[in-house]
Amino acid sequence: MFRIILSPFNLLISYIEGIGRYVELMTIMFRSVFNWHKYLGLSVEHMYQIGILSIPIVILTSLFSGMVTSVQAAYQFESGLIPNWYVGGIVGESVLLELAPMLTALVMTGKIGATIAAEIGTMRVTEQIDALESLSFDPISYLVLPRIIAAIFMFPILIIVADCFGIFGGWVAAVSAMDLTTGEFIRGLRSWFRPWDAWFGLIKGLFFGFAITSISCYQGFYTRIDGGANGVGKSTTAAVVVSCVAILCLDYILAALLL
Amino acid sequence: MIEVKNLEKAFAENTVLSDISFSIPHGQIVVIVGKSGAGKSVLLKCLIGLIRPDNGTIYLDNKLINTMSFQQLQKVRSKIGMVFQFGALFDSLNVAENIGLALRKLTKLSEHEIKSRIQNALDSVDMANTEKLMPGELSGGMKKRIGIARAIAVKPSYLFYDEPTTGLDPIMTDSINRLILKFQETETITSVIITHELRTVYDVADRVIMLHDGRIEYDGKPNDLKKTENMIVKQFITGDSTLI
Repeated sequence: MFRIILSPFNLLISYIEGIGRYVELMTIMFRSVFNWHKYLGLSVEHMYQIGILSIPIVILTSLFSGMVTSVQAAYQFESGLIPNWYVGGIVGESVLLELAPMLTALVMTGKIGATIAAEIGTMRVTEQIDALESLSFDPISYLVLPRIIAAIFMFPILIIVADCFGIFGGWVAAVSAMDLTTGEFIRGLRSWFRPWDAWFGLIKGLFFGFAITSISCYQGFYTRIDGGANGVGKSTTAAVVVSCVAILCLDYILAALLL
Repeated sequence: MIEVKNLEKAFAENTVLSDISFSIPHGQIVVIVGKSGAGKSVLLKCLIGLIRPDNGTIYLDNKLINTMSFQQLQKVRSKIGMVFQFGALFDSLNVAENIGLALRKLTKLSEHEIKSRIQNALDSVDMANTEKLMPGELSGGMKKRIGIARAIAVKPSYLFYDEPTTGLDPIMTDSINRLILKFQETETITSVIITHELRTVYDVADRVIMLHDGRIEYDGKPNDLKKTENMIVKQFITGDSTLI
């Protein structure tokens, strides 16, 4: 009975402990930022893993999200009260402000977040992190810093790719499935376009990139050493779930602050 | 010289090490034995600073290591080679990169000298021509040998082995034991070996420490092990579960 009453408090304490450990990990990581040049080679390797290898999935996601937005906007305009060329504006704004950064971040959580947590978690349970420490390496600088540097550089680039292909997908759907010309689509796109919206998407990308990689590194790094495959699985799941929730929260906070 | 005084470590309410004290003079091979869960690996990780003890002191070359900062520990660790139970080789690096990683960070050797060090380390564990192999392509025994090569490549003053022969066939066990003795003769290293393989105890140890329930139950010469009247030690060496 006593245990049941205490369990919510224990849960709360474990969440607070988790936040404390995350802040500690990030503090140590930020302290080693000045040694970034030592980890440049590793950062470039991770840029390839996080950025270049993710381009196909980002293209696919953004292409279809742009196409769906276009078709659904046209469906809403069927009444005839709103001119069809507004579709370009709806697609452009939706993609730049929300769809490209948000869907790219969610897809990257599944692809990169899970990979990072599983990689570092496996290193923990197979004592590779202990081996790094015993060889006088700082495992946080070696494992966390290069991944975060890579994500901060590559996420905005992926967002730009998603912006381009999202709008392209919207244009393809508008021209092929509706009676809309390319000129009309571009007219809508240009009439509603504000450069800040594109910048806002890129800023979101920076924050999302940091959140996904830092949370995933944290979950992997603190995998229980005696947890085995089950422990790595739990860390990977936690990395994906916590990153998704963090992205949704950050999305609201950034919109409230910057728009 | 390693000096441990009144060492204590607990995880939550589980006491793993309790009032552990011993000292190891330079050049000695000490084998620490005990049942699974006796606290052997925790003790070894305390010695290298991977786990901080709750109480007590650990001196390595007269330097108190359990209160050192991470940067100070990094300097001390450059004198220590650690061989992990399953090798703990880095999956993403090949054999040569695994061995060269610490050399590139800790030393100012030229690339030519590093390659020669890697070659020598591989030769000494009879694993020449495996530079390009990935850890996934190695057997358990090969991984342990590469783990040893990685540890000796930095020319340490201390070598810590965590269960170096566990799970290996008798021939491979003998070959690893011979390797340990070979390093001792050629480099005069202080070695601490964690194991529950009695063969390793009799083949290589100058001294045996037996842990039981987190306490030192026996500290003496390997040959005196057989003469002891201590039932816990007797049970361990005979492997008779009905003795106590």
